[in-house]
Amino acid sequence: MEISAPAVEQAKAVVAAGLAPALKRSDAPSFGCFPVYSPYEIIRAAGLLPVGLMGAGASIDIVHADARFQSFVCSIAKTSLELGLQKRLVGMEGAVFHSICDVARNLASVFKRNFPGMHIEYIHLPQNAAGPEAEDYLVSEYRRVMAGLEARMGRRIDDAAVAAAIREYNRPRRLMRELYAMRAKEPERIGAAEMFPLVRAGTMLPPDEHARILQVAKEEFTARKPRRMDRVKVVVEGAFCEQPPIGLIETLEGAGCYVVDDDFCAGWRWFSTDVPEGPDPVRQLARAWLERGRATSTRFNPDKPRHKDLVRRVRESGAQAVLFMPAKFCEPALFDYVVFRRELEKENIPHLMVEFEEKMWTFERTRGEVETFVESLLFD
Amino acid sequence: MAEYGTAVHEASRKAMTAWYDRLAAAAKTGAPTAYLMISGNCVEILRAFDIEPVFPEVNALQLAIRKQSLPLILKAEEMGYSSDNCAYVKADAGFTFGEAAPGGGKIPKPTFIVCNFVGCNVYIKWFEHCSEFLGVPLTMIDVPFVRAERPSDGDVRYVVAQLKKLIADCEKATGKKFDIDRLREICALSAKAEDGWQRCKDLCKNTPAPMDAYFDAINLMGPINVLRGTQDAVDFFDVAVREYEALVAAKRGPIPVEKFRIVVEGPPPYPFYRQFRDLFAAWNAVAVQSTYSTVGGIWEFGFRHDPKNPLESIAQQMLMENLCNRSLLDRYKQIRRYVEEWKADALVIHSVKSCRLFSAGQGDMRDYFANELGVPTLLVESDLEDPRYYAQAMMKNRIDAFFESLEHRKLLRRAQ
Ligand code: SF4
Ligand code: SF4
Repeated sequence: MEISAPAVEQAKAVVAAGLAPALKRSDAPSFGCFPVYSPYEIIRAAGLLPVGLMGAGASIDIVHADARFQSFVCSIAKTSLELGLQKRLVGMEGAVFHSICDVARNLASVFKRNFPGMHIEYIHLPQNAAGPEAEDYLVSEYRRVMAGLEARMGRRIDDAAVAAAIREYNRPRRLMRELYAMRAKEPERIGAAEMFPLVRAGTMLPPDEHARILQVAKEEFTARKPRRMDRVKVVVEGAFCEQPPIGLIETLEGAGCYVVDDDFCAGWRWFSTDVPEGPDPVRQLARAWLERGRATSTRFNPDKPRHKDLVRRVRESGAQAVLFMPAKFCEPALFDYVVFRRELEKENIPHLMVEFEEKMWTFERTRGEVETFVESLLFD
Repeated sequence: MAEYGTAVHEASRKAMTAWYDRLAAAAKTGAPTAYLMISGNCVEILRAFDIEPVFPEVNALQLAIRKQSLPLILKAEEMGYSSDNCAYVKADAGFTFGEAAPGGGKIPKPTFIVCNFVGCNVYIKWFEHCSEFLGVPLTMIDVPFVRAERPSDGDVRYVVAQLKKLIADCEKATGKKFDIDRLREICALSAKAEDGWQRCKDLCKNTPAPMDAYFDAINLMGPINVLRGTQDAVDFFDVAVREYEALVAAKRGPIPVEKFRIVVEGPPPYPFYRQFRDLFAAWNAVAVQSTYSTVGGIWEFGFRHDPKNPLESIAQQMLMENLCNRSLLDRYKQIRRYVEEWKADALVIHSVKSCRLFSAGQGDMRDYFANELGVPTLLVESDLEDPRYYAQAMMKNRIDAFFESLEHRKLLRRAQ
């Protein structure tokens, strides 16, 4: 892919086009990955293109999915299903769901019944990271998934292919880490509404094409001569699954925030380092999930309590506050808020809750709330 | 013979009260106790160490049925819980956290917390919060969700390895050495109670059914889930089987004339248990089976704890032999069996806002049963704990309209 326009514009165009171009590609059939984390490398090694099955924002009217999922269920579940019911996933070989919450789990079943032509997979990612049995279990789980994909695709997935995919994905991962580090240091250099499409584009592209855009973006950002403004540095937490509309992120910035860290598309930026490229790549992947994975609300890890990790991220990024941003009806995020809030208050870190829905399109109220919050911090 | 269900109700109440008394005593003496979840639980292991189990879900249920839940839910919402979070958790949190003596002195602060993560992801949050707010250590038992026909060997190994860790934690908490023979005895008692469970459920295949397998199943659920592995549970099921067999012989059931046989899916609206039940009784409808009664375990299809392989069979029950750890499609299969083998006329889905484990996707379930299988299906919505989501007038309208059309259908069929 040639990067003709500025990288951010290119990324925005990729995001705006949605899944349609990925579904039409001739080089590899696409395979939907519901958030949060998927073992993309294994899917890639099966000759597939992993793409984010992450809802459809305001780009789709719900016609059928409301009759399947009730009013009190998050939007991403409904719009993802609606895409299928409106035949907008034709060409997608299959999809994978994970043990992130009760909604995602039941959604996997609904997909299976309604789209019998798709290969629907459900991965139970361990909720107990303590002890060697979790690693053995996860290896056996990945091997099970591989066997299913092998049967579906009629080809063997050998270790060399998994190792190659690990190498492939390490590139964009590394670049995303570098951009995040750059922004944490100088948030005036990279806007949150720029970073977001850059990351999101990776959920629709092969890793090498994504890496190319990120590389150009990095060069463009490095060349900038920005001016720091009087804004409040915040960490955004809670949007690890359903994704906010870009207008909301623009609103946060417009209301006076520098976003220095966030958990948008968390599963696509899961690891804190590269995945090691040693022998037994499937085990490397499993071990990396356990040892180098994020602390998000959809996983339990006694060694890395999420509320402590949030405080650590605030301290390390030099943020002054936390914007807690759960998707409406997102039970894991909403439950975690209780413990987050308690911890932040213990640590004297100001915070604000900004609930969102992927399909929201007016941001006036949010703007007012965030502005008031920012002012209270700037002029305190 | 006595009134319908009196003996069962009394026996259940007595056995459960004895358990509450033991908890109250433990709250005073500091005898070891542990929090546990209902679904696919491993209470047998705690019993092997004489650790009394505490079930916060039962606490939440009791609060709702006694109409005490709302102020506690509001209190939890002040603590930061969302109006969209499972209200079972909120009622228990409002009740337990921030009090000088959690549980009002009647429910002990646990020695430790065992999170048997069997299906419901909210379990993890709930028990993490308990651990955090009460300052009590937590042991997580991660039970892989059923993704294929059967759990894989890797799944079983993973759960057994964690059960062994739990055993080590129990040894530490009590200073007692693990005795596998004791666990075998306990599993044998579990299996006996499970025999009784299956018999009670099977008896409901009779017309009329001798019990309401939704509204009255609650009498059976306490003993099977909370007291399993004790002689008390075995004795209880002896009483239950005796009473229900006698009712079958006398061709009697919970209502004078059984007119409609229904299968009910989803937990009941506990704050309005009576009112909700009356809406069905008014139509002489009896639940001959229910999925809610199998959240803890499914024994009517033959699974038993196995004294010969105690740990593996405990793992098997956690993995496979309960409703919560099975997929929605497996639940469709279960309901389909219920409709066919228990000869039901209709399916009633009570969709509860709190419990997405049950409710998320129930619209699809309705589509499957109504449109694909042609089973008359009613879907109504409220909540199992939060009284704010129950609207009696609307509920009555929906239920009346459904049974009217069902009656009409029956008449038509008879005329043909
Ligand atoms: S938005 Fe939250 S509740 Fe919805 S599927 Fe994602 S994690 Fe689950
Ligand atoms: S979501 Fe349902 S199963 Fe889970 S704790 Fe709440 S009521 Fe229980």
